[in-house]
Amino acid sequence: MMLAVDVEKQLGTFAIRAKFEAPDGVTALFGPSGSGKTSIVNMVAGLLLPDRGRIGFDGTVLFDDSRRFSAPPHRRGIGYVFQDGRLFPHMTVAQNLDYGRRMYRLPPEAPEQARIIKLLDIGHLLDRRPGNLSGGERQRIAIGRALLMRPRLLLLDEPLASLDAARKREIFPYLLRLRDEKVPMIYVSHHAAEVKRIATTIVRIEDGRVAGVGGAELLVEADADAFP
Amino acid sequence: MFSLSSDEWTAVLLSLRIAVVATAVALPFGIAIAWVLARKEFWGKALLDGIVHLPLVLPPVVTGYLLLIWFGRRGVIGAFLADLGIVFAFRWTGAALACGVMGFPLLVRAIRLSIEAVDTRLEDASWTLGANRFLVFATVTLPLALPGIIAGMVLCFAKALGEFGATITFVSNIPGETQTISAAIYTYTQTPSGDAAAARLVIVAIAISLIALIASEWLARRAGLRLHGGG
Repeated sequence: MMLAVDVEKQLGTFAIRAKFEAPDGVTALFGPSGSGKTSIVNMVAGLLLPDRGRIGFDGTVLFDDSRRFSAPPHRRGIGYVFQDGRLFPHMTVAQNLDYGRRMYRLPPEAPEQARIIKLLDIGHLLDRRPGNLSGGERQRIAIGRALLMRPRLLLLDEPLASLDAARKREIFPYLLRLRDEKVPMIYVSHHAAEVKRIATTIVRIEDGRVAGVGGAELLVEADADAFP
Repeated sequence: MFSLSSDEWTAVLLSLRIAVVATAVALPFGIAIAWVLARKEFWGKALLDGIVHLPLVLPPVVTGYLLLIWFGRRGVIGAFLADLGIVFAFRWTGAALACGVMGFPLLVRAIRLSIEAVDTRLEDASWTLGANRFLVFATVTLPLALPGIIAGMVLCFAKALGEFGATITFVSNIPGETQTISAAIYTYTQTPSGDAAAARLVIVAIAISLIALIASEWLARRAGLRLHGGG
């Protein structure tokens, strides 16, 4: 067991009460839009503080309200790929990619960097600025940026949702490659076809609660989208 | 040929020095307060906002008088600072203080707006990438707010250059010490045969203001280019 989440959070009239464990591999948080998936990963990242509960990862405590403890996001070592990329517009692609490593004060590792740049096919973009890149290119760079901080865990929040079908088909193989690299991932999606192909464990989220943990049998919804 | 007398030069150079020092010293405080107003919710925020904006709406003479009471030799703050060797009363430093206070609301306003325009989602991304609060600010918020910071500095500089009421009330109108361009123009217009000197200083004031505007436009464009275009 690597990630253990047991949190409660009141957001206006919406209540989140989620308890689940995510083993190694790719755990999908699957459920309809507005079911609280993003809030849950934000709590794992440390961007949102739970009202109550505990989050632990590989033997370390990330959050524990009984001890009034919350590790700040910049000390959690958790990479986060946002739905909307969030590349820094005032930096080049290369500077974006190097940002996490610099902030975490990790020594440069040229071979690892070259490998990830190759894995994501972004070598030709290094001198560009994010402003004039395609959505698919931006999302690949966001994935590379999160990987290059050498995260213990990678959170992906609907990484394909803002992309059209062609772009989705462009990015998805890279995500599958990541899974095969054994980077532990939490993959948020409301898309059954996507989840079916990438997840090793599925946590079904409904209305702020965990409705089931298991395999593909949880993907009951007939998903009309013909992807991939 | 257009040439300034040595008294006029003194006033011009003194004005520039006062405006540059006022803007430079006000800047870090302005950025800090603008950030707090843009990003934090706390009890008394409206009051802080009001106090910062007060010099904009108060008669400048009132601001100058308050500075005189607090920062004069016998003022609460002035007496304390005088023990440390910092004297404002009837010195150019006092003129810089008055100009800085008068320009402060314009500085804070421009910077606050530009910080509010910075997407907090980018700050969150920076946070998850290992930057602590200060580094988030230094590497994301500040560079993205740069065009607004430049605009605020120019507004503050221009206000400092043109400040009259608060300065003359606080530190008087002493040639070579506190007589800025504005005060010198005023003095010349009150003097028989001072018209030519006043006109020359007016031209200088217009020229400096135009140069400041053009320079800020150029800087803001460069900063904007770095953000959005290129490569």
